[in-house]
Amino acid sequence: MTTEHAQNQSFAGHVGYVLRANPVTMLAFAMLGFLIICAIFGPSFVPFDPLASGDQILQPPSWAHWFGTDHLGRDVFSRVIVATRLDMAISIGAVALSFVAGSILGCAAGFWGGWWDAVISRGLDMIMAFPLFVLAMGIVAALGNTVENVIYATAVINTPFYARVVRAEVNIRREAGFVQAAKLAGNSDLRVVALHIFPNALPPMMVQVSLNMGWAVLNAAGLSFIGLGVRPPTPEWGIMVAEGANYIISGEWWLAVFPGLWLMFAVFTFNLLGDGLRDIVDPRQRR
Amino acid sequence: MRARLIIARLIQAIPVVIGVVVITFILTRALPGDPAVYFAGDAADEASIQQVRETLGLDKPLPHQFLQYVRDLVRGDWGNSLSTGQPVLADLARRLPASLELTLLALLLSCAIAIPLGVMAATSPGSWKDHLCRVLVTAGVSLPTFFTGILLVYVFYYLLDIVPSPLGRLDFIYIEPDSITGFYLIDGALTGDWETFRGAAKQLVLPATTMAIFTLAPIARMTRASMLTALSSDFIRTARAAGLARRKILMGYALRNALLPVVTTLGMVFSFALGANVLVEKVFAWPGIGSYAVDALVASDYAAVQGFVLAMALLFVALNLIIDLVYALIDPRIGFDS
Repeated sequence: MTTEHAQNQSFAGHVGYVLRANPVTMLAFAMLGFLIICAIFGPSFVPFDPLASGDQILQPPSWAHWFGTDHLGRDVFSRVIVATRLDMAISIGAVALSFVAGSILGCAAGFWGGWWDAVISRGLDMIMAFPLFVLAMGIVAALGNTVENVIYATAVINTPFYARVVRAEVNIRREAGFVQAAKLAGNSDLRVVALHIFPNALPPMMVQVSLNMGWAVLNAAGLSFIGLGVRPPTPEWGIMVAEGANYIISGEWWLAVFPGLWLMFAVFTFNLLGDGLRDIVDPRQRR
Repeated sequence: MRARLIIARLIQAIPVVIGVVVITFILTRALPGDPAVYFAGDAADEASIQQVRETLGLDKPLPHQFLQYVRDLVRGDWGNSLSTGQPVLADLARRLPASLELTLLALLLSCAIAIPLGVMAATSPGSWKDHLCRVLVTAGVSLPTFFTGILLVYVFYYLLDIVPSPLGRLDFIYIEPDSITGFYLIDGALTGDWETFRGAAKQLVLPATTMAIFTLAPIARMTRASMLTALSSDFIRTARAAGLARRKILMGYALRNALLPVVTTLGMVFSFALGANVLVEKVFAWPGIGSYAVDALVASDYAAVQGFVLAMALLFVALNLIIDLVYALIDPRIGFDS
């Protein structure tokens, strides 16, 4: 009890140390908090209805319309903020699915080895043999052009990364002393894998999740940029950039630039966070 | 010995190709509803759907369908595109040079910037140069390709007006060069038509830069990491102790060794680049296979999309194969088994 307490404290101390030593990570957490607030409360505090068209079309940014208005007179600021929830939901959904699928596949391949390993690893290699974005396009085209299918497609192309991390972590602990002790104490294989081995893979997985989130956001936005998944008039960053692209050569830059910047901000947040989390969980960084 | 290794590596590619074909086959069968309805087109009636079903062999068991699918692929029958009315394979072949010209040029540009950047960062780790490199690289990978493209168009076409309008491979004032390789730059140079060469180069600058920015990050990161490893190894210490010139140590010994892992990461970079290619082609109305696939997607032209996915996957397998072969050629220590 006391040692556990001390351990917790030292871990908290370590997190605090890393955060103090690395203000960039602290900034990344603050940025994440801001995005979450936008996603949860955004729709209730934006000044305009994101779907309501107005008579002021293609107005540059002003005090009333911070990010200007688009070709239908909709407020770009409101649309960008409201889109946060949808974009986050798509990428979180996709990452959660690939986390679960990757964990199960990785555990099976790493723990039982043999045929399981051969079949699962070759299957994942087959996915990795495709340029991933292209495979996602193919999956969405085959399953049908809906938001759910964009989530599934993004999940499929991300699964191999998780499965590989888990497989490696499980594999090196398969014969470890604590695993044998757990087995001797009468735990079933499934229980040993799920409760004793898998938790060890969680720290590297968390880093993977954070690095992957940025990529998932980019992927989802890229798919909707080429017209897959989310459909207009739903506010979504990829679509808004695609719509704004038509006006960029005539100089109405705010239509595409603000959603694009917001998208970039989100991806940048997750990338920074991933680097920071790696510093926290990577033992080599501990001093 | 070398030849045997190369053949062994070629044989290793076979299961990958089979895997790719299996997945594209699964995608073909996963069409929502009845594939026959889609392939027959919108105007089809009950009888022609039944006819399509029989021609496609959809009434037969799956393994049989798979064999037929493979036979058609090998024969070069990749189906017909609904929107262009042409065989998909012919469409792809005609548009592929445009995509390849763009992608390869972008990767060359990316390597030309990223490798010196990585070397610079590695020679003084922890300095402002290192931090600058890290920030640039993280920002580059956070920028969505399609957004970078649009920003570049706004700045360099609308504001500064120093590049031609971002539409296609050649401004309409130029005449297309005679097709020898399909690469406008090479064709222009071969026929001595420098006017066209310059025109094509101007059109290429923005899309190639866009893609290069996106692929900078992995190359620069890997160069930095492997350069750091190389610089801290014994042979460099020996070279330093022997009093060799700094330049000779850096470029002659460290970089040559550090480049090997960089070549391996190029495989992953290609995966990114081929995906980004689709988005960049859409932004710049580039008549390559990416924009072909996007148009086909919007028109629900499934044969064309599947042909595109398969073509991209095969291209990717081939590029990985070339990378591995190049790797073996530049590093005599490497055998393919390891």
